[in-house]
Amino acid sequence: MLRIPCPWCGLRDESEFRYRGDATRRRPAAEAGIDAFNAYVYERDNPRDWHSEWWLHVAGCRRLLKVVRHTLTHEIRSVEPGADPQGAERSR
Amino acid sequence: MNAPHPRPRPPLQRRATPSRYSIWRLLREGLGGHRGWSRAWAKASPRPRYRVVIVGGGGHGLSTAFHLAAEHGITDVAVLERGPLGLGNVGRNTTIIRSNYFHPDNIRFYELSLRLWERLERELNFNAMVSQRGTLNLFHTEAQRDLFTRRANQMRLLGVDAEAVGPAEVRRLVPLADLDNGRYPVLGGFLQRRGGTVRHDAVAWGYARAASAAGVDIVEHCEVKGLAVTHGRVSGVETSGGFIAADTVCLAVAGHSSVLAATAELKLPIESHVLQAFVSEPVKPVLDVVLTYGAGHFYVSQSDKGGLVFGGAIDGYNTYGQRGTLPMAEEVAAAAVTLLPALARLKVLRQWGGVMDMTMDGSPIISKTNIEGLILNGGWCYGGFKAIPAGGLTTAHLIAHGVPHPAAAHLDLGRFAAGCTVDERGIGPFPYLH
Repeated sequence: MLRIPCPWCGLRDESEFRYRGDATRRRPAAEAGIDAFNAYVYERDNPRDWHSEWWLHVAGCRRLLKVVRHTLTHEIRSVEPGADPQGAERSR
Repeated sequence: MNAPHPRPRPPLQRRATPSRYSIWRLLREGLGGHRGWSRAWAKASPRPRYRVVIVGGGGHGLSTAFHLAAEHGITDVAVLERGPLGLGNVGRNTTIIRSNYFHPDNIRFYELSLRLWERLERELNFNAMVSQRGTLNLFHTEAQRDLFTRRANQMRLLGVDAEAVGPAEVRRLVPLADLDNGRYPVLGGFLQRRGGTVRHDAVAWGYARAASAAGVDIVEHCEVKGLAVTHGRVSGVETSGGFIAADTVCLAVAGHSSVLAATAELKLPIESHVLQAFVSEPVKPVLDVVLTYGAGHFYVSQSDKGGLVFGGAIDGYNTYGQRGTLPMAEEVAAAAVTLLPALARLKVLRQWGGVMDMTMDGSPIISKTNIEGLILNGGWCYGGFKAIPAGGLTTAHLIAHGVPHPAAAHLDLGRFAAGCTVDERGIGPFPYLH
């Protein structure tokens, strides 16, 4: 069970959050070409290491958070307000 | 009568060929106190060079090795496994086989696999306990019924068995299910009678035995640390036991494909996620089909030992931890007792997690890569077990001929950039939602 320290709401259970994936991706410029867009949409580092990722606090403040978490130990190193909605995946 | 003449000792062979298993052999060995059985597969130590090195001694790695030897006569092959055989995902799944997909290419691929399952035991001379007890997917709304009916029709157009059944037939098949749940009443089911279960460990052991007998080296406790690439071409693998050179390297390490690919600076359209599975205490026979719930993610079958084997969806965030967290365990348990209220008093005996390659479209990858000589078998999401025979057959074809097998051509890596993804559920590039 993850417990994520939300900067707005305090320490909360993972079940209050919705995962939104890798937070390191940046949308390329419109004319960047097919390879750049393929890399942006589909390719992932998927590290067995520290991972920067978006979490949406759906059952709390409804803010987007940028969490740095280890994908093997699940230890959370930092949580900051997600200021970059451009990089977040906005699906459902 | 002459005493049996001791035969001259044959020259030391690289491996003893296991004799055939049969009822007569079993009787004979039984009379001898079962002391005559030899190892099912030879414990090989690796040579410095192979034509083909397969990384990962799971279902797909072993099946690929077997098909390389049996169908293409390529036996200069090593399968490298970091632990003992059968402790990875091949031994961590819920053992279900079926071919009830929606996308025509997927139906053809998984149907090939199902046909191979049907003759697997004869082919391998190994009892894998293939049990075609039927898979029954329940539906609870009219929209869901239409969707399943469409899927069944799609399958029947391709000559695969599928049928829609009403509540009366569901009641007959699964007397334990609560069909009149106030919130999610069961309107019917989608039945594939040829679906079922297979004893998963036996699949690893059977393929290992057959591949080893055909001359493949199966090397346990040999961890591949990285891929060696020179001038855009793979030259071998760095292992815990030193460097092993190879003309072709095949990755069959689903769950950790990204980690190994990264050692060759290759990025894949994959995220790793954990899927949990559960086994209950053993009870008398209560369920003789594979049952899936339509109003939540839950599937269950009963093993021959009597335990109910069940699971749900992935936990939903990137992880390499082979364990699960409690919220998903709670969700699975809630679905279990909603559909089968009698399970409420059953104790869970074991729970475990396996790491999955989740791809961007929810379909697997059997493909060449942009590194020459590097073949990828991965991205199995959480449907890899049922695909083991076809995955191995088509990967072996790709290695032997350099072109994809027709049944797996749609699983090429190039499909993402080309916009030809095989997205069974129409979700888009969000692996944690597949």
